Formats: sequence, C-alpha cells, structure tokens
Amino acid sequence: MKKKPSFLRGKNGELSVLFLPGFLFFLVMSYIPMVGIIVAFKDYNLRKGIFGSEWVGFENLKFFFVSDTAWRVTRNTILYSFSYILMTLLVSLTLAILLNELTRRWVKIHQTVMFLPYFLSWVLVSYISNAFLDHQNGFLNAMLKSVGGQPVEWYFGAQYWPIILNLVHLWKAVGFNVLLYYAGIMGIDQSYYEAARIDGASKLQMALKITVPLLAPLVTILLILSIGGMFRGDFGLHYFIPNNTGLIYSTTDIIDTYVFRALRTIGDISMSAAVGFFQSVVGLVLVLFANMVVRKLNEENSLW
Amino acid sequence: MTTIHAAAGAAPEIPAARSAALDSRPIYRWLINALFIVVSACIFVPFLLVVVSSFSSEESILRHGYQFIPERWSLGAYRLVFQSPKILLRAYGVTIVVTVVGTALGLLLTAMTGWVLSRSDYRFNRQATFYVFFTMLFGGGLVPFYILMTQYLHLKDSLLAVIIPGLLSPFHIMVMKGFMSKIPFEMIESAKVDGASEMRIFFTMVLPLSTPALTTLGLTIAFNYWNEWFNAMLFIDTPNLATLQLLLVRMLSTIEYLTANTEFVKQLGIDVGQLPKYSVRMAMAILAAGPMLCIFPFFQRYFVSGLTLGSLKG
Repeated sequence: MKKKPSFLRGKNGELSVLFLPGFLFFLVMSYIPMVGIIVAFKDYNLRKGIFGSEWVGFENLKFFFVSDTAWRVTRNTILYSFSYILMTLLVSLTLAILLNELTRRWVKIHQTVMFLPYFLSWVLVSYISNAFLDHQNGFLNAMLKSVGGQPVEWYFGAQYWPIILNLVHLWKAVGFNVLLYYAGIMGIDQSYYEAARIDGASKLQMALKITVPLLAPLVTILLILSIGGMFRGDFGLHYFIPNNTGLIYSTTDIIDTYVFRALRTIGDISMSAAVGFFQSVVGLVLVLFANMVVRKLNEENSLW
Repeated sequence: MTTIHAAAGAAPEIPAARSAALDSRPIYRWLINALFIVVSACIFVPFLLVVVSSFSSEESILRHGYQFIPERWSLGAYRLVFQSPKILLRAYGVTIVVTVVGTALGLLLTAMTGWVLSRSDYRFNRQATFYVFFTMLFGGGLVPFYILMTQYLHLKDSLLAVIIPGLLSPFHIMVMKGFMSKIPFEMIESAKVDGASEMRIFFTMVLPLSTPALTTLGLTIAFNYWNEWFNAMLFIDTPNLATLQLLLVRMLSTIEYLTANTEFVKQLGIDVGQLPKYSVRMAMAILAAGPMLCIFPFFQRYFVSGLTLGSLKG
C-alpha cells in the first residue's frame, strides 16, 4: 500500500484536511479582502492594480469626511438602526406576551401569517411597497384622490421616508421576532404563573412581574448585540424600497448604499473603499464594546 | 451579518400543550384575538394588493390605480408572460441550479468545518475557531471583495460569483459546531478503537447523527440562495445568467428594462408603448415568488429552530 504523506496521517492531520476547504474559503473571501483594504489609502487605478496604485494616505477618508455626505450617511445609518431596534423590540415583545394568552390553534394561525414577509427578499418587498406608493397608480394616492385629497409624490419627498422605512422594516421583521420572544416565554417555568395565580395576581401583573423580568436577559443580550451591528445598515431595505431615488437621499441614504453607489455608479473606487474601511473599523469597535458590556452583565451570554 | 444577534436566543422547544396560560375569562382572549386578527390582516393585505393587481385589467389600473377590488378582472398579464415564458423559465432554471449546487456544497463544507471546530481535542482548535470567528467581527468591505472577484478571480458573469460567497457563513458554522459538540465523544472514541479513520468517522457517523442540524441549516442555506440578489446584482450582467431575484431587480423599472432589452420585447412581439406593464410587473412578481412563498411556510419552524440548535459558545 502506498504511504500517505506524513502530515495527512494521525488525528490532527486528518482533521486539518477536513478543515482545509473552510480555511481556504475564509482566506480568499475574508482575509485577502482585509489586505485589499489598502485600496482605501491609494489612488486606485484599474490598470496598475491594487499594489501598483499610488499611495495617497488618508486623502480618500479626508475627502469623504469633509463632504456633507459623511455626516448624512453616518447619521442616517445610526438613527435608522436605533429606531429599527427599538420599534421591533417594543412591538414584538408586546405581541409575544399577548400571543401567549391565545389558544394554540390561533397562535399557529397568527404566527404563520406574521411570518410570511420574512420569506420575501427586499426586491419583492419593493414591488409591494411600490403598489402602495407609486405616484400614478399607487393605492395610497388612489385613496387620497377618492376622498378628495391631493396625490402625494412619495418618492420625491424626503420627509415621508423615516416613517415609511420604519413601517416596512417592522412589517418584515415583526413575525420573526415575535416568534423569537414567544419561544423565550415558552421557556419560562410554568410554576411561577401557578404560584402567582394562587396569590390572586392579575394577567397584567403576571406579564409585568414575571414574563418581562424573566425575559430581560434574552432581551438585553439581543439589544446589546444589535447595538454591536448598528453601523451595518440594511442595504436591501434602503436601496430598493426608496427605489434608489436621488431626491430623497437625505433621509434614505446609509453607509451601505453610499458605498455601493460610490463603487458602481460614481465609480470612485478608492473613496468607496475608504468609507467601507471606516464602517468596518467603527463596526469592530462597537462589537467589541457590546461584548464587553455583555461580559460585565453576564459572562455566560458574551460572544467570547 | 444580520444573524449575530440570533444566537443569543437560547430558547427551548415549544411545549405541546399549554393550559396554564389560559385565562378563565374568555372576553380577554377574544379582545386579544381581535387585536391579532387586525395585526395579521395588516401584514397580509399588502400581499393581497399585489395578487389582485396581477389579475386586474391594465385599463383598470391605469384609471384607478392598484386596487383591492379592480373594476375589471383579467388574465391578460399572465397570458402575456406565458406567451413567451423563456425568460422566466430560464431564470427559474438558473436559480434552481444555484440553489441546489450551493446548498449541497455549502452544507457539506459547513458540516466539515463545524465538526473540526467542535473537536476540542484537535490540536489547532483554538486557532481554527478564532480564524473563522474573526471574520464575523471585521471585514474588508465591499470594494476589496469586488476587486478580488472581478479583477483577480475573474468571476464576472459567472454563476460561481453567486454560489461561492454564500457557501460558508461563520454563523452557520457556529450553529453546526454547537450541535455537533453534543455528539457523545465516547462514540467517536470507540469507533477509533475499532480502527476507523477521522474521515470515515465524519462521513459514516457524524453526518448521519447530525441530520437535525443538517436539515435546518440546509433549509436556511437554500433559502438564502433562493433569495440572493446582492452578488447577482454585482457580478451578473448577462441576461442569460439572471436569477429570479436579479430578473426582478432588472424589471423594477419595467419600462427602462424593456426598452433596453430589445430581445425580450421582440420575443413578446409587441411595441413597448402599448405594453400592459403594470399588471405584467405584478404577475411577474407573483410567478417569481409565489411558488416558494407557498412552500417555505411549511418549514417555518426550522428557520426558528436554527437559532436554538447551538449557541456560539461551546
């Protein structure tokens, strides 16, 4: 029998072979792009390539930060993340607690319906939102006209978008999150409720004094972790739902959509990379910070 | 990326019967149920608008906009799409290929990687875990990835550009690892005493034992591939390689798409000005999303159980 090369033999060797595809995948898809981030400090030239292009230091970042865009996209990214987190939490948690009062048959029906939007991609959601918002044919404008109002040009009015985006986000996210919290409630020991009932506690008291406190650890962890991800916006939501309309960038543009546009439409590759770099670094800091807070609260729940 | 938070929800299985939560006064339950019926209706109604619009006649839409009860019902939009179904069928074909290949390969790779990370007796376990895990925390961002894929790997206009990036995700690996670390180590030990190699153990013992995790993650990966549009949008320009989602992206502005895409228009054999574009657009959305939207809900519980299968720490 032919002898295998020595590194392939033995437990560690064989396990290394099993790990090899994963190793290569992350090397090419994650680590090499991390090296490629030097583009952010160069004046990228397609013909010269990443390594041949001229170094320009922090010029690209500077160029971004002196523009109005920097403030706009950073502000939008953070504010939207914040309101998405808060809205989803409040609505989903309330609904999950209420859902717990229903019989199983109804729980199943409502859960299935509320979960439906989860299965749609943002592209498809934009078809739906467009059916409502389209200036000429949209359902909302038809309604407004039928009651004698003036049609509204939704895609041209920046002031509408914080509400629209929050609603659309909630619509898509609520089912999944209700299910998440509902599963958490299901995990609560029933004897707490039995004891409370014997003591004559009302439903509301039980919800506020038992369910909410016992869900607090789960909620805290989810909250802090989502704060760690605050600097990563939802590209699909902010690109497709506003139809990538320039007039309303002031309230719809986030870092992710800006980076995409800078790369594909504007074609300023180096600046786009610089903004991406800024996002990655702040994102890393936020995750590290979030994890530190979790560790302080409860070591069990921290990511590492 | 979006899934980091999910791991913390270490929620248990839903018990079969729940008598304790039932209030003795049914009026409360009816009020709450009424509230939920309103909520569910609000969530469902947008779907209805798209479905109804796709069955509306073009004149009704032009005159009254998209409505829940159109002036005149019509199958015209569907008839038009089915007159030359080539583009739609092709997109279905491409999407199915991407999903099947990506899921099969991705699942195998996830299992292999997850298994190695779950083996605390592996000499490089710590390093390997950090190596995978760190990619969740930091990345090069879009631009280096884009340059790598197009300039160095030359994957522009190749389906590999859609398949490869979705193969592995650190989150999926962590879920898999969490599940696999519950496989009793004595079983592995005794197989080794019998002379089985690590490869053999993995393929003949670990994989069959991990069926629950494989089902859940397989569905999640398949779902992600089916709904993938980002990489397709970045890397696929050839209409022949368009996935369903990309087709929908391109169709978003139907008129621009049709005028730019003379081949499609010629296939349809009509001039662009008279095209029933509004109802067709909705019909395309239904035909592209409908079948899956009917299938996925049956697997709903797997999407949630994926969160609870394993925790990040192991």
